[in-house]
Amino acid sequence: MLRGAWKLWALGAASLAAAGSAWAAPTPGGIDFQPAVTETAERVHAFHNEVLIIIAVITAFVTALLIWVMIRYNRKANPTPKKFSHNTVIEIIWTVVPVLILVWIAKGSFPLLYEQDVMFNGEQVAEEQVVDIKVYGNMWYWDYTYNQNTEKEFVVESRMLRPGDETRPLVPARGDINKLSVDNPMVAPAGRHVRLKITARDVIHAWAMPQFTLKVDAVPGRLNQLWFKVDQPGIYYGQCSELCGKDHSNMPIELWILPQQQYDAWLAAAQADPTKGGRAYLDSLPRPGATQVASAQ
Amino acid sequence: MSSDAKHAADHAHDHGHGHGHAHDDHAHDHHDPKWYSPARWLFSTNHKDIGTLYLIFAMMAGIIGFVFSGFMRAELAEPGLQLFNGTAFGGFFGTEHNYNVITTMHGLIMIFFMVMPALIGGFGNWFVPLMIGAPDMAMPRMNNISFWLLPVSFVLLLLSMFVPGPPGDTGFGGGWVLYPPLSGTTGHPGLAMDLVIFSLHIAGISSILGAINFIVTILNMRAPGMTLHKMPLFAWSVLVTAFLLVLALPVLAGALTMLLTDRNFGSKFFEVAGGGDPIMFQHLFWFFGHPEVYIMILPGFGIVSHVISTFSRKPVFGYLAMAYAMVAIGFIGFIVWAHHMYTVGMSVDLKAYFVAATMVIAVPTGVKIFSWIATMWGGSIEFKVPMLWAIGFIFLFTVGGVTGVVLANAGVDHALHDTYYVVAHFHYVLSLGAVFTLFCGWYYWFEKMWGIKYNGFIAGLHFWLMFIGSNLIFFPQHFLGLQGMPRRYVDYADAFREWHHWSTNGYWLTAIATIVFFIGILEAVVRRRKATSGNPWGEGATTLEWTLSSPPPFHQYNDLPRVR
Repeated sequence: MLRGAWKLWALGAASLAAAGSAWAAPTPGGIDFQPAVTETAERVHAFHNEVLIIIAVITAFVTALLIWVMIRYNRKANPTPKKFSHNTVIEIIWTVVPVLILVWIAKGSFPLLYEQDVMFNGEQVAEEQVVDIKVYGNMWYWDYTYNQNTEKEFVVESRMLRPGDETRPLVPARGDINKLSVDNPMVAPAGRHVRLKITARDVIHAWAMPQFTLKVDAVPGRLNQLWFKVDQPGIYYGQCSELCGKDHSNMPIELWILPQQQYDAWLAAAQADPTKGGRAYLDSLPRPGATQVASAQ
Repeated sequence: MSSDAKHAADHAHDHGHGHGHAHDDHAHDHHDPKWYSPARWLFSTNHKDIGTLYLIFAMMAGIIGFVFSGFMRAELAEPGLQLFNGTAFGGFFGTEHNYNVITTMHGLIMIFFMVMPALIGGFGNWFVPLMIGAPDMAMPRMNNISFWLLPVSFVLLLLSMFVPGPPGDTGFGGGWVLYPPLSGTTGHPGLAMDLVIFSLHIAGISSILGAINFIVTILNMRAPGMTLHKMPLFAWSVLVTAFLLVLALPVLAGALTMLLTDRNFGSKFFEVAGGGDPIMFQHLFWFFGHPEVYIMILPGFGIVSHVISTFSRKPVFGYLAMAYAMVAIGFIGFIVWAHHMYTVGMSVDLKAYFVAATMVIAVPTGVKIFSWIATMWGGSIEFKVPMLWAIGFIFLFTVGGVTGVVLANAGVDHALHDTYYVVAHFHYVLSLGAVFTLFCGWYYWFEKMWGIKYNGFIAGLHFWLMFIGSNLIFFPQHFLGLQGMPRRYVDYADAFREWHHWSTNGYWLTAIATIVFFIGILEAVVRRRKATSGNPWGEGATTLEWTLSSPPPFHQYNDLPRVR
């Protein structure tokens, strides 16, 4: 009986996870992270889940103690209160045990932090192998500079699509998601080390990509760096994550991860016409991730 | 001057201006100023009257802050723009910018004009002198100005909503953290932000004066025999809080002043183009801002300790550890500020330091949680309404505390920073933590303060509605945050609808709870069930305020109590 219920639960969780990875975006009623697509994000999730178990046990323990004292030591059950107010042993225990738990957490936490923050997790990558993209936050859109400081430099401006909008209409049939899709997405190649250099032109914004567990502020006058390496082509969504004024909720991030060949083709098309060329090329492709949706169903 | 002589001198001084009458300790003094006399309130130097003013002020501000959160929850009940679309209710709510104004005002009002005035100004003023056996605060007239600066400050803040902020809009919508350049001339060139700055300057002066008063009172005016290590924990909590205020608020004042001169007089502290750095503001702000969250919760810790002890009929377990845990929390609170800034682009080693320091706070906090439970252990617990709030608080603060441990880890925080997970976390420790201690103290001291009894059924109903309602608001927000829903968003993708919807339903339940709270006050005032003794709680209530009548005499302890 119990085993049956457990299996059912596991099946439900697995199907949830499958549904989640098909749509690289938040899922209705979802209660967990969006599925991880980088190795680092997988480790962040694993670490978070480990800590989640620890804090759930602590909360359950405290709750159980509260319930126990309410049952055992209410006025009916225990009319005459005891008078003790010290117990050195127990006080040492409840100081030392939390310290040990925290040390255990820290043991997983620090390597993870360094993995995210040290460029390419310390891996030596030849400069010409690195894909550099300069990211600017603006009130209220993102723009992405490719091939910066070369003859091929061009800028893609990325603005949110709105239902019924004349210049930038949302096209649900194409797979657009309201509040998340943009006219000209950011594009990066799959399987490559991508380095973002992030800053802002006016106020502070924050570039965030939940599925990569990445987030960094775009601060005027500062250059922040992020890195990722995604093997799985797909469309991934993020949203501005630092309050930046009226349209803070209207400057999403749409990132297409494409195989190298398609990425090169997109680069050429977008460079030729940054406002329309890149988008036209992307629309000509089968939507990355769409095949997974079909197979998951 | 011996401490006794000093008390006498202070006392004579207090009587010398205004209420000059016989030095008696009689409970029903017929020469007390009438309650309806404006002079009694405007010129009050009586700690209990000033405490009452603080409580009334906090309630009025709290209503406004709570209604503002209702605007937010109503807006977020469904995807799309319900209220802030420029046309709803004749355009009353304005546009998306005004949503940001409402979130900003909600935060500032609840922090500076609800929780702080209620816990420190209200209960602190009322019960610190009563608990330490002092006739009044050390500086009664400064106490008066501490309070009366607050309404001035509050009016300036409310006014800011109606004057120009960003081009074409009114009010300041940059969040309670006031980060430049959004709060500078780049984001909000209008007068609104200047009014916010003035408002916070004045609120800060008010708090600093109040804090100095508490420090001086507690250090100099304890009853003979009451050493610091015999002092009730609520007085300890206010003492630690007062030190945090005196150390933290000047830093905020400095940051605000720099912002002010950046905006108006051409300085460039936070402006990149002139060699400044907007991140410096964040460091200054959070050097104030993190102690500020302990300023809001520490007095509540004190209240809960007394309530747990009273209704368990058992002395507080590990009194000294409880007192010094608060001191430790206060100290560590000053060296963890940049965990609010993991995503600004700090060096990784610096982040690692702040991760370690932040997690250390869990240790003294754990000591407090376990000591409260140990106080109940072996006790004879009576589930009166204040005790319900206290037990509810322990549970909710534990939930809010452990999510804090999650967020302390920068690696995870990179995913959760500025999402609803953070919103859920800090509302669990503040909206469900600090506010629960507020109601805990309210019902604990209701009869003591007003001399009438509250209705136990209404008060119990208030607790259960609020407990269920506020959990319903904030628990689903953990899910939203994990799914990536960013904070301070007026509109969201359809996938986030379900939990937002639950959250808004929780708000309506909490709104009913709040109405029940006021019905409870009204019922008590109308029925006027007079307090029959000074101590309704029996042998468990051991602090000095229970030796006085309910309500206490206008002036108490003309003969100082002696503590053995």
